Formats: sequence, C-alpha cells, structure tokens
Amino acid sequence: MLNTYTWPEYDYKQSEEQKNGTIKRHPVVVIGGGLVGLTAALDCAKRGIPVVIMDDNNTVSIGSRAVCYAKRPLEVWDRLGVADQMVDKGISWNLGKVFFREDLAYEFDLLPEEGHKMPAMINLQQYYCEEYLVDEVQKQSDMIDLRWKHKLISLTRHDDYVSLQVETPDGVFTMECDWLIACDGANSNVRDMVHAEFTGQFFQDRFLIADVVMKADFPTERWFWFDPTFHKNQSALLHKQSDDVWRLDFQMGWDADPKEATKPENVIPLIKAMLGKDTEFELEWVSIYQFACRRIDNFRYDRILFAGDAAHQVSPFGARGANTGIQDIDNMAWKLKLVMDGDAPDSLMDSYDEERAFAADDNLLNSTRSTDFITPKSRASRYFRDAVLELSKNYDFARPLVNSGRLSKPTPYVKSSLNTPDEAGFCSEMRPGTNCLDAPITVDGKEGWLLNELGDGFTLLVFGDKPEKTEITCGGISAKVVTVGDRIMDSQGLLAERYDGGVYLIRPDQHVAARWRTYDEDKITAALARATGQKQEK
Amino acid sequence: MALNLKANITRPDDFYQELIDMQRDMSEDNVQLMNAKLILILANHIGDSETLSEAMRLARG
Repeated sequence: MLNTYTWPEYDYKQSEEQKNGTIKRHPVVVIGGGLVGLTAALDCAKRGIPVVIMDDNNTVSIGSRAVCYAKRPLEVWDRLGVADQMVDKGISWNLGKVFFREDLAYEFDLLPEEGHKMPAMINLQQYYCEEYLVDEVQKQSDMIDLRWKHKLISLTRHDDYVSLQVETPDGVFTMECDWLIACDGANSNVRDMVHAEFTGQFFQDRFLIADVVMKADFPTERWFWFDPTFHKNQSALLHKQSDDVWRLDFQMGWDADPKEATKPENVIPLIKAMLGKDTEFELEWVSIYQFACRRIDNFRYDRILFAGDAAHQVSPFGARGANTGIQDIDNMAWKLKLVMDGDAPDSLMDSYDEERAFAADDNLLNSTRSTDFITPKSRASRYFRDAVLELSKNYDFARPLVNSGRLSKPTPYVKSSLNTPDEAGFCSEMRPGTNCLDAPITVDGKEGWLLNELGDGFTLLVFGDKPEKTEITCGGISAKVVTVGDRIMDSQGLLAERYDGGVYLIRPDQHVAARWRTYDEDKITAALARATGQKQEK
Repeated sequence: MALNLKANITRPDDFYQELIDMQRDMSEDNVQLMNAKLILILANHIGDSETLSEAMRLARG
C-alpha cells in the first residue's frame, strides 16, 4: 500500500442521455482519462470545443510510472494553466552520475539554459500530475464532461461521425461523436476496433520498477549503474521524486518470472543491495514490465485520432512516452478546432499524422539506440558497450557515446508540408517546424515570458518597425501581430539572441510556421494559408 | 576526407608484431575488449563520419 499518497476515488454518475435513453451526438469524445486524455480534454476546452472524456476506472495512475516531465510538455501544461503546481511539487535535478561495475565512470551536469519559464525537466509521480489535471478538468465542467466508469465496448465508423457502445454500472448505451480522440494507452481497445497495425521491435528483457520511501541522504541526482556489483550483468537506475519517494529501476533479464520477481521477499533484498543494508526504507509500489518500440500505422482513422501510448510505445529510456503524448495533443487540438469550425479543410487533420508520426519515429530511434546500449543483445555489442564505459572513466571522447537515455526534446517538424521554406540570412536555429524557445520579456513594464504572450491562435512576432495592421487574416483565420519593442520588451536581450530578429509566423501550438527578414504582407498571408491547409491563390 | 587505402603505416612489420605480441597471452575476453577499445580510439581519432562509414562498409566486405 502506498504510504505517502491516498488515491482519490471519483464518483461515477449516470449521464442524462443514458438515463433518458436518448442518443446524443457530441462534438468530441476522448477515450482514456490518463495524462494524455485529460490534456486533450483541457486543450479542446481551451479552444472552445465542448468535450466528453471517459475512463473505465475512477482514480488516477497506480504507481509513479512516467516520472520525468521535460520542458516542452511543461510548457504545454503551462499554456493550459496547470504547470505551476507540477513544477512546485516536482523535483528538479541537474547532476547525473554514471557507474560502471563498482566505480563512478563519470558525472555530468545538465547545465540547463537560463531564461526559460519552465525547468529542463522535473521528476514527479504520475498520480500527482493526473490529479492536478483532473482538478482543472472539474473546474471546467461547463465545457468538459468527465465520466468515470465508462467503458467503450465497440464502435462503428460512419462518414462524418462515430457511434459508440459504452458500458457503465447502469448497463450499455449508445453515444455518437463527430470526432473521437483515442488516448487509451499502449493496449488501446480503440486501436484494435479499427484494426490498425501497431508494429515495431519487442525487446526481450524485463524491468522491475519500484517506488520506495526513505529519508536517506542520497543527493538529488540521477544515478545510473551499468553492470553493478549489487546486480551483476544488468543495469539499475535511482532517482528522486517528491515526498521522499525514490524511484528504482532494475533490469531483470528475459528469464525473470514476473510473478516471482515482484514478491516483496525478492524485491527487498535487491533494494537493500542497491541502497546499502543500513538504509531504512519502505516499499510503496512495485511493477515489472517488458517493453517495445512500436507505433500505429496512421495516427488518423477518418474521424478517430490516436494520441499517446495508443499511437506509439517507446522504451522508458529518455522519458519519451508521456512527454511525446502531451505534444501529440498540442499538435492536434488547434487543427481540430479549425477543421470543426470549417475554417480549414479536413486535410489539415492529415498533417497531424504527418507531423506526429515523424516525431514518433524520431523518438523510437532515440529510444531504440538507448536500449541497444543499456541492454546489449549480442556478445560483440556487449564488448563495445563495456569498452565505451571503461574508456569513459579516463577519456572525454568516450563520454558522448555513453547512452543511458537521451533527455526527451521536441522533434522539429522540419519536413512538414505546413512549413513555408526558410529564408536565408538567419543566425538562429528557429527554423520553420521548430517549437518556439521561451525568453524573459517585460509586458507593459511587468516581467513576463514570451510563450505566455503568444496567445491561443496564430501570432505574428515582429522585430523592428510596428506594422500598421494589428492582425493578418486569411479566410476565417487571423494572426495577431505582436511587435517586440511595443507592448513587449526584450528586457534581457535573449529574444534577439534566440530569434535573431525578423518576422515570425507562429502557430497556435507555439511552433514556427515561417520566418522572413522583412515584413511582407503577401508572403505572410500565403504562409498562413499554407500552415492551415487552405488553398493558396497563385 | 576520403579513406586512405594506400600504404600509410610506418614500419608495418613492427606494428603488426606489436599488435600480435600484445594479445598473445590475453584471454579471448580481454582480446575482444581490447579490440573494441582500439576501434573506438581510432574512430575518434578519425572523427569524420563519412570516412568511418566507408571504413565500416569496407571491413564488412
């Protein structure tokens, strides 16, 4: 039983439509009330789409699970107004240590760049994140209808809607929705119901993860062991979460019996060996899993959109699961709003698959590489791995080859069809497809942050002379003009440093759609059309 | 940087003997580890990724 956390139990309530036996058509239904589903509900609501979200359970995540949240998802949650409490509750770490056998191979400092509102990453138990998201969802009950103990049992796809059979404690009833967002996890039922392919590489290895409570003097650092003396031929990981809860990961090998391995009498000696026999601790939660690196063949099946683990599953190294799931929603919600309102063609929704499948492939590549290093699959690769680790003790050159997981970073949509080709003459990395870097600014004389000023729609960020227009319009879509030096000031010079001046067209998900050295309204209008899938007049 | 496939090792016989002698009494395990380290050290010295790719393809045959 958990010692530091009490799971909330949320009330099941029979819906009016089930009670009355009427079939109601909803604009959007989200399946799955985890991190990704709750975020989807909040982002839809923020953009003005009423949403029903359903979960077959009635509480938050059991165990710490995802643990690490990187800067970009925190920025998304900040846009949705829920990041502050996560950052306050979470633990930040900068120092990592890598051990090989009994020795420290080397240590590294993440040295996060200054001048961002959100930290490079935090560690926080998943149940806290979900609880904060549920709290926010409940505050927005005028827009979000959160239904616990609602299980999707089948669906029928129609041309412009989806029909759902849903089971509750009161029986089975039918609902309809214009759009369905499937956030029902790695074992997604929705994915099975549309017969989607979900393929990739399975790793023949098992990992045991445990949350322990201890008031030990371990520093707030990430410790990774390759082939430690306390757990021969395997790997292990230790890092801190909030409330004196520590997360431990042990590689167990393919032969481990999941049932046996998770028994306290087998887990506790393993933990004692890692922490030292005099360290007092209590075991809170333990789980074992085998992982795979795979993704769905298409993130979109007509009116059904897949996000999070339902769309892609990665190895845990580098914290890419939840982090990329949140970015799926960031990419999806604004497009959905434009398409639902008829401001953009249906084809804009295809760019959700285009951009997020591209990101998923990048994540899968990174996560597979880490897995190959951490769990070498042949004798030869084991020799190379050990050679790298031994050399890293004394030689700098070998350290970049050590791969105990690469920190999750957003994948720029460099090849996206929504981008306008980059213009020459920029000395900054903020090319089209890239997520906007934050920077400290002043807004009407008060301290603020760039990302908080970008707003919910398109933004035209102008360095230099203030244009006459306050917005640029293309069809039903407008970009709000924000001029640096007008309301917002580049108080520390970091905006100029990170953007190198010019004119930037920024999407509602805070990604660059186009940039130019000078202001040209025709080019801006064309780029806005392109970024929203509208036909461009030649 | 193109891969140099012309003879470039000064005193080739000495080099070859040194390599063989060094591994003569080592266990198979240690030889494999040493070879892996040697590849990594030399690869870092070369650095250029195209040259390294070319060398790997050539070695695979």
